[in-house]
Amino acid sequence: MKKKIVKTLAVTTALTIAAASMVGCGNSGTADSNADNKASGDTQAAASDSKDAKDITGTVTMAGSTSMEKLANSLKEAFGAKYPGISVTAEFTGSSAGIESLEAGSVDIGNSSRELSDDEKSQGIVENVVAIDGIAVITDTANDVTKISSDDLAKVYTGEITNWKELGGQDEAIVVVGREAASGTRGAFEELLDIKDKCKYANELDSTGAVLAKVASTPGSIGYISLDVLDDSVSALAIDDVEATEDNIVAGKYKLSRPFVMATKGEISEQSEAVQTFFDYIQSDEGQEVIKKAGLILPQ
Amino acid sequence: METNTVSIIGKKRAGSIVESTARVIFLATAVVAIVAVLSITVYMILKGTPALASVGVTDILFGTVWEPTATEPHFGILYIILTSIVGTALAILIGVPVSILTAVFLAEVAPKKLAAIVQPAVELLAAIPSVIYGLLGLMILTPWMYGLEKKIFAGSQTHQFTGGANLISAVIVLAIMILPTVINISVSSIKAVPQQMKSASLALGATKIQTIFGVVLPAAKSGIMTAIVLGIGRALGEAMAISLVSGSAVNIPLPFNSVRFLTTAIVSDMSYSQGTHRQVLFTIGLVLFVFIMVINLILTRLIKKGEQEV
Repeated sequence: MKKKIVKTLAVTTALTIAAASMVGCGNSGTADSNADNKASGDTQAAASDSKDAKDITGTVTMAGSTSMEKLANSLKEAFGAKYPGISVTAEFTGSSAGIESLEAGSVDIGNSSRELSDDEKSQGIVENVVAIDGIAVITDTANDVTKISSDDLAKVYTGEITNWKELGGQDEAIVVVGREAASGTRGAFEELLDIKDKCKYANELDSTGAVLAKVASTPGSIGYISLDVLDDSVSALAIDDVEATEDNIVAGKYKLSRPFVMATKGEISEQSEAVQTFFDYIQSDEGQEVIKKAGLILPQ
Repeated sequence: METNTVSIIGKKRAGSIVESTARVIFLATAVVAIVAVLSITVYMILKGTPALASVGVTDILFGTVWEPTATEPHFGILYIILTSIVGTALAILIGVPVSILTAVFLAEVAPKKLAAIVQPAVELLAAIPSVIYGLLGLMILTPWMYGLEKKIFAGSQTHQFTGGANLISAVIVLAIMILPTVINISVSSIKAVPQQMKSASLALGATKIQTIFGVVLPAAKSGIMTAIVLGIGRALGEAMAISLVSGSAVNIPLPFNSVRFLTTAIVSDMSYSQGTHRQVLFTIGLVLFVFIMVINLILTRLIKKGEQEV
């Protein structure tokens, strides 16, 4: 009996490991090493390094976009490990609420996953773009449609266009794949196309990986994912004749992208030492690595 | 219970210390389980009822529109509840006959050598993590199902193509997942049928098959019922596997519709939800909890009834 249990356990473990590695492959391999030309804040970071990180004390409070939760939390973690004297707190109340808190002076940083309005800027709020979030629209590799206009894309997702032949492709039904209602990617996608709450999904999957797998294995499907997890198992559509590449997004040509702003009241140089240290950290190689790991694109 | 216990091992005093310590430890471990059940029940009720009050009982339980993040949110979970009920019922309908016949085969019909291969295979099926079922379902079952969907709804203007992620796919995965539970318990209850009963039946001239269906299965009835109820519990509570193959859009549970179960509704939204949306997820949890409790009550009834019969 005991032997049997051991055998069963061994097989189970092997299966689990196999499954884990299968799932794992999809996410790696995109963090390319173009860090060299982006290390603008190197000298500052070096300066604060020499000052001995542990001596700086203070607090950094931020509030705002729920989409930036992953970025804010990973920055908070990595920063906290290096500067134990500075306590960072983050709340996720929504972009506009975050900027309001900043205007009211209750937080140091207002997180916003959209560009600041002129009105907000006139209040003395400074837009510090720390990262750019890009969304790729994907199809299975056999699909011969390679581009789509943003109007047509909106129609596909609202159920007005249901066959690829209407988009110049084969006579194949469109399987509309998306994320669950509370997903940040879905929120951004629907907001950028102005189709919030109007989408008719055939599949609402709860992770980027699931969307990728579903689209890769389903002929005629269409889905959206964060740009950083895009791989060869699917093909990305050009939106309004613009390819989904980092360069196009940084240049601001690609429609499905949005800036992640960590806004401050007044220039960064006017902030407290703790807040300045935080922004120095974001600009350092380490900080930029954290941003890339969170699946985001570095602004130029 | 302040009686003096006397140990036959060692001196009286040493023995009684061991005895009393052991008693305290046993009591403590028993309390852990009771506290866990009670606190979960209290927590689910506390967390699940506020949304019922703020949104309205009928709006949640009998509403059919699920738009939790819209500017005017709707939290109707009727289709989600129906999906769980219909999906579980269909899975049982497919899984149970297969399981019982397999159990009969293993316990009565199969040659010893063959049973020695099949039995561990069934046990291994129980040990496979549910996400693996989902993964295989996603990679193998849904593409195949999509082919079928395309044939059936060819040229249809109204059908929304789901790429094979639909109620049937979920039901098939669930049916396979309940197999080991139902088979293993059925096998033990069939094996527990006294040999005399079978011998008597055979001696009266009944064939082996007649004996199995006329004597063995009726005698093992309460054990098999227990197996089925446990299978229902497993199917109702499964989330991981079916979240990958059911499509997870909220629709009426029709065979080729993309559907969302109670469990997958919680899993898919929990990580990002907030406010009333999150409270409603707890309400869904409460509904699921009530379902599971009802099933467990039925189970204890069945076990008691079985004990009385024996």
